[in-house]
Amino acid sequence: MSTIAQQGAAEHRMPRDHFLNAAYTIKSWLLTMDHKRVGLLYLFSISFFFLIGGTFASLIRLELATPEADLMEADQYNVAFSMHGIVMIFFFLIPSIPAVFGNFIMPLMIGAKDVAFPKLNLMSWYLFIFGGTFGVLTTLLGGVDTGWTFYTPFSSTYSNSNVILAGMAAFIAGFSSILTGLNFMVTIHKMRAPGITWFKMPLFVWGMYATSLIMVLGTPVIAITLALMMVERGLQIGIFDPALGGDPVLFQHLFWFYSHPAVYIMILPGMGVISEVIAAFSRKRIFGYDFIAMSSVSIAVLGFFVWGHHLFVSGQSIYAGMVFSFITMLVAVPSAIKVFNWMATIYRGSVSYDAPMLYALGFIGLFSVGGLTGVFLAIMGLDIHMHDTYFVVAHFHYVMVGGAVTAFMAALHFWWPKISGRMYPEGWSRLAAFLIFAGFNMTFFPQFIVGYLGMPRRYHVYPEEWQLLNIMSSAGATVLAVAFIVPVIYLLWSLKNGKIAGPNPWRATGLEWILSSPPPEHNFPTTPIVEEEPYDYGEIIENPVHRDEEEKEHEHA
Amino acid sequence: MNNQFQLHPEIASSIAFDVDVLYFFVVAVSIFFMALICVLIFVFAMKYRRRTEDQQAETQTHGHLGLEITWSAIPLVLMLIMFAWGVWIFFKVYQIPDGAMEYYVVGKQWMWHIQHPTGQREINEMHVPINTPVKLTMASEDVIHSFFIPAFRVKNDVIPGRYTSLTFEATKPGKYHLFCAEYCGTEHSLMIGSVYAMEPEDYQDWLGGGVADETPEEAGARLFSQLNCDTCHSDQAGSRGPSLNGKFGTEEVLASGERILIDEAYIRESIVNPRVRLVAGYPSIMPTYQGQITETNIFNLISYIKSLPSTEGAQ
Amino acid sequence: MSVSTEAAAHGHEVHDHPEYMRHQFDDMEQQNDAANLGMWLFLLTEVMFFGGFFLGYSIYRSEYYDSFVIGSQNLDVFLGGLNTVALITSSVTMAFAVRAAQLGKKNHILIFLVLTLILGLVFMVNKYIEYSHKLHDGLIPGYNFLWTGLGDGQSIQLFYSFYFCMTGTHGLHVLIGLVLIVWLLIRVWQDKFTTEYYAPIENFGLYWHFVDLVWIFLFPLLYLIGGLAV
Repeated sequence: MSTIAQQGAAEHRMPRDHFLNAAYTIKSWLLTMDHKRVGLLYLFSISFFFLIGGTFASLIRLELATPEADLMEADQYNVAFSMHGIVMIFFFLIPSIPAVFGNFIMPLMIGAKDVAFPKLNLMSWYLFIFGGTFGVLTTLLGGVDTGWTFYTPFSSTYSNSNVILAGMAAFIAGFSSILTGLNFMVTIHKMRAPGITWFKMPLFVWGMYATSLIMVLGTPVIAITLALMMVERGLQIGIFDPALGGDPVLFQHLFWFYSHPAVYIMILPGMGVISEVIAAFSRKRIFGYDFIAMSSVSIAVLGFFVWGHHLFVSGQSIYAGMVFSFITMLVAVPSAIKVFNWMATIYRGSVSYDAPMLYALGFIGLFSVGGLTGVFLAIMGLDIHMHDTYFVVAHFHYVMVGGAVTAFMAALHFWWPKISGRMYPEGWSRLAAFLIFAGFNMTFFPQFIVGYLGMPRRYHVYPEEWQLLNIMSSAGATVLAVAFIVPVIYLLWSLKNGKIAGPNPWRATGLEWILSSPPPEHNFPTTPIVEEEPYDYGEIIENPVHRDEEEKEHEHA
Repeated sequence: MNNQFQLHPEIASSIAFDVDVLYFFVVAVSIFFMALICVLIFVFAMKYRRRTEDQQAETQTHGHLGLEITWSAIPLVLMLIMFAWGVWIFFKVYQIPDGAMEYYVVGKQWMWHIQHPTGQREINEMHVPINTPVKLTMASEDVIHSFFIPAFRVKNDVIPGRYTSLTFEATKPGKYHLFCAEYCGTEHSLMIGSVYAMEPEDYQDWLGGGVADETPEEAGARLFSQLNCDTCHSDQAGSRGPSLNGKFGTEEVLASGERILIDEAYIRESIVNPRVRLVAGYPSIMPTYQGQITETNIFNLISYIKSLPSTEGAQ
Repeated sequence: MSVSTEAAAHGHEVHDHPEYMRHQFDDMEQQNDAANLGMWLFLLTEVMFFGGFFLGYSIYRSEYYDSFVIGSQNLDVFLGGLNTVALITSSVTMAFAVRAAQLGKKNHILIFLVLTLILGLVFMVNKYIEYSHKLHDGLIPGYNFLWTGLGDGQSIQLFYSFYFCMTGTHGLHVLIGLVLIVWLLIRVWQDKFTTEYYAPIENFGLYWHFVDLVWIFLFPLLYLIGGLAV
């Protein structure tokens, strides 16, 4: 590739034709077969759901600022935390990185013109929206009060809220994620460009593959479980109701068989993002590629055999509990492998501190806390005391917000120039990253302590000796809420006013950075042939000035 | 209001200290690794920061097998230690000591019913003597609850349709929180109460002050005739139901040929759902008592049946 | 970087591909492979889906074995057996349809697809007869469930819950299959398939065999508990 138009002085220009200006009609978006546009449709939709889920979160923290019930009635509070969980998990976290960046970036990374089944891909988004409509409807009709876990027999018999509606929302959204996972697996198997062998795939693609595996194998089980729960509620047929001969704990087994692996649906794509970002901003080949790739797959596989750690105190046999506890602790090993490999990648690199890297470093710290506190809960003797306390709440927020959401922010900032063609303001983006990190820790760290002291989760009034810790948490949540608004503002601002990025602003490796920013409608004019390994930072990578075909021809002449 | 800043709840049971030791061990391990990770990231971040726009990394490496093995093996070994330690404590918590005082607990939206071995009843309060093993047999009238006493570090779900149990031995007199830890509906956070651990003498005094109208066995005996159980379940030859005398803890042959141990769970099932597992040689005529008898009364019936002496020798 | 992106003016104006080849693929082999893998993965999700039922079924069967035997003996083994024969035969005719598609024999495809359709309809009609008998006998689980015979009505209701959930979901799959056969028939009629492009028929065949296979598990598990009672 030429090095003529390198130096900083070179003026970057927007490409003449790209996927965003290929057509402007609403129809061209709603009926698009372009994986990049589908990715953006998801970005808008999940941002909307993040706003709803975040509003419920703010209400929860506001209520918990005092030990008494003053802002909300008990039922309203129960609706708030249930809707917060359902919306955030089924409508934000599970689709977040896979459906947005998996759709947008993954086919580019493997040199494909699109995903294997573009129509199916669009249909997944419609299913997601259809499910989301049920979710919104549930909210408008007064919400649901079962918690996102829908435990029977409370959900199937005793609750007086919109359980079936909320169940339908999760059920339908589940099919969306099954189809997305299936689509990605076929894409990764069959659409890789010549030369991209399995062990030359970028690690983000490995992350997507492991995630898709869980989506394909796990989601049908939650679908059937929720379906049985809804049938039970509608007809009282007795599958989960002990008064009719059923077994309420069976529901928990089936539920967690999916819902624990679902945690890995949220975190594995995030780990993939972090691998990309750390290598790019250290300008260094990723350390231990094979180990990082295989650790993703082993987390996905092990994840299917750990569900019983949610049932240590639910009358499960002690010996079953021992097996689940042991396998759960094994998950710590591949997670540790990843963390140490990322650190070894930074070692002797050329490290810069753009916003994506700040999020990635934050991720390593927060995810490590989340992972280590997960070990506490996997230890049977400790879980007796900690089960269903705020310790659990803090732990999974460290993994899901500190991990998955931080990685989502890293991905958003890393690929924003690729998506929009423009840069966002550096200073503001760094400030937001710091605020999110600080606000997050202020919110959730006190919850570890109050959790070990014994405060049960899902309590809207609590003993007054725990008010101090709860106030700290609520104060942190305020910072966090504000911090999440900042990126929305500057990202929107950058769409019009940002500096033009050029094809490769971070000077990173990877096929997506060869294309213009924003990428052309059909990605690669011909299927690229790849010869080198991923993360080949041995030579200086340029950010070439984009030139349109016409100009090139003109030059030739 | 206790404004004192604490890191762990009060240590008030025989296993609480063991749990805390393991907890602080894992905390120490976590702090060590977090410190390691944070310091290294900070040092690397400072030392290798990019100084010029075109600066390249100092080296490019693929990885190092020795390092990978090291940082897989160390966490693995630590995990194995913690796993074994945790299992040891778990067994200790769930071990049922001989001669434990047996309390019955019924969870119900949104209150706890507690019945003492001597028949006293309490709601949302539980008085126990210290240095005495206590076993709770727990049942739920409706949804799943979870009986949680942070100061004792014990918790177990209370599940409708079956019995679960919990054992502890209080060691320090005082008043402690009792919570429902499994979300159970509207007033979940008000399904709370207090546990009073008392010196054994004080406990005896307290019992004396309470009104114990009848012991569980007496209440059970009364129910047994009130509900006409005794018309079929009698010792006489040709009675329509099997005799229950001395049957608790023994094995019985079912109509299907299976053998079953007669324990609390089987008696409970035979009351609420008698046709599922019939004793061999008896017709399927007993009506179900589901919905007609409270969990507390089932407890009392079980106590009564347990107390029935064997009559084998007499025949 | 030595990635070759330099391309000749090879845009989308050039139509050197058959119309049934989608733009994202390089050649038909890739397209067929992708469709095939997609179908197998889909069947895998179906296995997990039915797996939830089978797990629940096994747990309650071991818990309430006697009631499951009683419930099972109330099912019509003759109709169930007839349905088994119908579905297995339809699998055979479907396999012949796929073979005919491979060879490009339009008339044969049509004949065998129609035969498959008829056998599938026989299955659904039988199902309708069975269900309406159960409805008549008050054996639909729920508020109106009525058990007058021997045994524990409550756990017999559980048996029927599984019976209806499992055969109902399976019947839904057959129904969807029938709609797809009609769609395939129209496409065959319109000459949409060639010897190079018949992946939809082939993949539908996989789906149909899967539906058949599920029934082969359902039949003994539901109709023949505790041996064949006549």
